[in-house]
Amino acid sequence: MIVRIMGEGQVKLDDAHFVELNKLDDELLEEMESGDESGFRRTLGALLDAVRRLGTPLPDDALEPSELILPAEDATLDEVREMLSDDGLIPG
Amino acid sequence: MSGVMKRMGMIFRAKANKALDRAEDPRETLDYSYQKQLELLQKVRRGVADVATSRKRLELQLNQLQAQSSKLEDQGRKALSLGREDLAREALSRRAALQQQVTDLETQHQTLQGEEEKLTLAAQRLQAKVDAFRTKKETIKATYTAAQAQTRIGEAFSGISEEMGDVGMAIERAEDKTAQMQARAGAIDELLASGALDDPSGMAKDDIAAELDRLSGGTDVELELQRMKAELAGPGADKQAIEGGQAGQGQQAPQAQPGQPRFDKQ
Repeated sequence: MIVRIMGEGQVKLDDAHFVELNKLDDELLEEMESGDESGFRRTLGALLDAVRRLGTPLPDDALEPSELILPAEDATLDEVREMLSDDGLIPG
Repeated sequence: MSGVMKRMGMIFRAKANKALDRAEDPRETLDYSYQKQLELLQKVRRGVADVATSRKRLELQLNQLQAQSSKLEDQGRKALSLGREDLAREALSRRAALQQQVTDLETQHQTLQGEEEKLTLAAQRLQAKVDAFRTKKETIKATYTAAQAQTRIGEAFSGISEEMGDVGMAIERAEDKTAQMQARAGAIDELLASGALDDPSGMAKDDIAAELDRLSGGTDVELELQRMKAELAGPGADKQAIEGGQAGQGQQAPQAQPGQPRFDKQ
């Protein structure tokens, strides 16, 4: 599966890693929903590190659609919340 | 998977689709419409077939009635020849009743025939319309698909799709890399030309070889000049020789160029 880290690029991840990543991802969602900024920062960092560690980076000029997308390392909780709102990511 | 990753991916896809087509896929709508038209055409054709069947049934009934009418006429004639006027009258009155039925059926037959002709014409017109629609539909679909592809490409480069920033970055990186390679190639050329770097291909000359080339090139020019002077011997030969000499000096400089360090590479 191809995962994009916004602003960084794409990595190819073996499906076997998704159990581990899903835990972090669900945790991230919970922290986002509960407004736990510090927890959100920590978990997002851990999730991005795991994706980078387990995945193989795709060349910069590869134009493959991403199946999963992750916020950039420096994205704030509010920004991510806005992205996930009804109007998120691409306006319109 | 229900976390941030999946939700962001889903939103991206949904938004990209929305950007591509705000309502439904027009190609599907066109296909559906065409299907509906085909169904209608099928109904009209079935109608034509039903009317034609009724018309044929009427024709059979008419034939039977007319056969019966002829039979009664014969029977009347026969009864009259046998002196049985009463029987003849009965036969003729029955025949008259049959004739009434025949007239009614003939009227119905004409009506049905008219209906059938109208329906056949309608079916033909509808068929032509459906055919035209099919052609138009395919053209629209092809145009839409092309437009969709263009939109996708446009999106990828204008930044509407998820690939946005990274494509720009990739291009920038590729440009940087090209500039870097060009600078490096220029520097290597200079180093090779000056003899500071050995050329493994043996094509480049060091500065001593270049100078020797230049000198031998100059000798060739001198020899050529002498030959021309000899050819032009006669009145005005001195002037020609002077001009030729100047031209010869002018020619020397470019000949020496390949061996000189190429600082103007960039």
